[in-house]
Amino acid sequence: MSAAVTTHESEAAEAHEQRAFGFWLYLMGDAVIFALLFATYVIMVDNTAGGPAGKALFSLPNAAIETALLLVSSTTFGFASLSSKTGNRGAVLAWLLLTFVLGAGFVFLELREFAGLIKAGAGPDRSGFLSAFFTLVGTHGLHVSVGLTWILIMSGQVMLKGLSVPVTSRLFRLGLFWHFLDIAWVGIFSIVYLPGLL
Amino acid sequence: MEHPTAGHANSGHGLRSYLIGFVLAVILTAIPFYVVITHALPPQSTMVVIGVTAILQILVHLRFFLHLNFTSTPKENLLAIVFAAVLIFIMVGGSFWIMFDLHTRMAV
Repeated sequence: MSAAVTTHESEAAEAHEQRAFGFWLYLMGDAVIFALLFATYVIMVDNTAGGPAGKALFSLPNAAIETALLLVSSTTFGFASLSSKTGNRGAVLAWLLLTFVLGAGFVFLELREFAGLIKAGAGPDRSGFLSAFFTLVGTHGLHVSVGLTWILIMSGQVMLKGLSVPVTSRLFRLGLFWHFLDIAWVGIFSIVYLPGLL
Repeated sequence: MEHPTAGHANSGHGLRSYLIGFVLAVILTAIPFYVVITHALPPQSTMVVIGVTAILQILVHLRFFLHLNFTSTPKENLLAIVFAAVLIFIMVGGSFWIMFDLHTRMAV
């Protein structure tokens, strides 16, 4: 019986490793997509077609708060992962909830920025620069929104199914996704906002 | 393959890892923001500071949040990230080469 359990456990471990690797390959593909959107942005940044440039449009405090929200949320997700290892269901849920709130705050600030730009006549149709800006930053924001949905789904699973092996395995992949989005954001504030406001 | 959470259940990846990562990330974010806000350096040096701190911060995230390292991370995962880096280098570098060359030629 114990031999059967061991086999079962090692099968589950192998399934986890394979899925983690598959998800890692997806993330690498996503990294290539972001890299090309960054390249497009850098090439288009001066093509303002007589419209406003980044300096007149971007807000440094807004970018700083967005950066802080994502960085703290990445850390709180780390705490959720740690709690899942010790099997503390309540703590996992609390950290996931906090991560969700921080991520939602980020998306709110981004949507508010987009709405303000469009209202000021600086929408994605204004110039090549703004098309590239909305595509790059919007793709990241879309990823964060998908991540938020995924956090809600995983919170539901933790609540209903508990910290079973498949649920913990999914939480791990969600963690990879969430930390990856923070890395993409480091690229955005370093290539879009800071040089734009220089 | 026999440890269920190999690569992320390691005791070295505990609370300390996330806290170190967080503090380093805060420092590496504060530096470029500070330089841009205060205009402490000429534009070209500021760009260098932004670039260097961004690369360092990405490495910090990979090491302390994604727990990438040369001992517990499976070899195929490292291979995948190196492959992605090569692809990115070729495609981004190639795009810049073509577009900036074109720009220079058209601007004459």
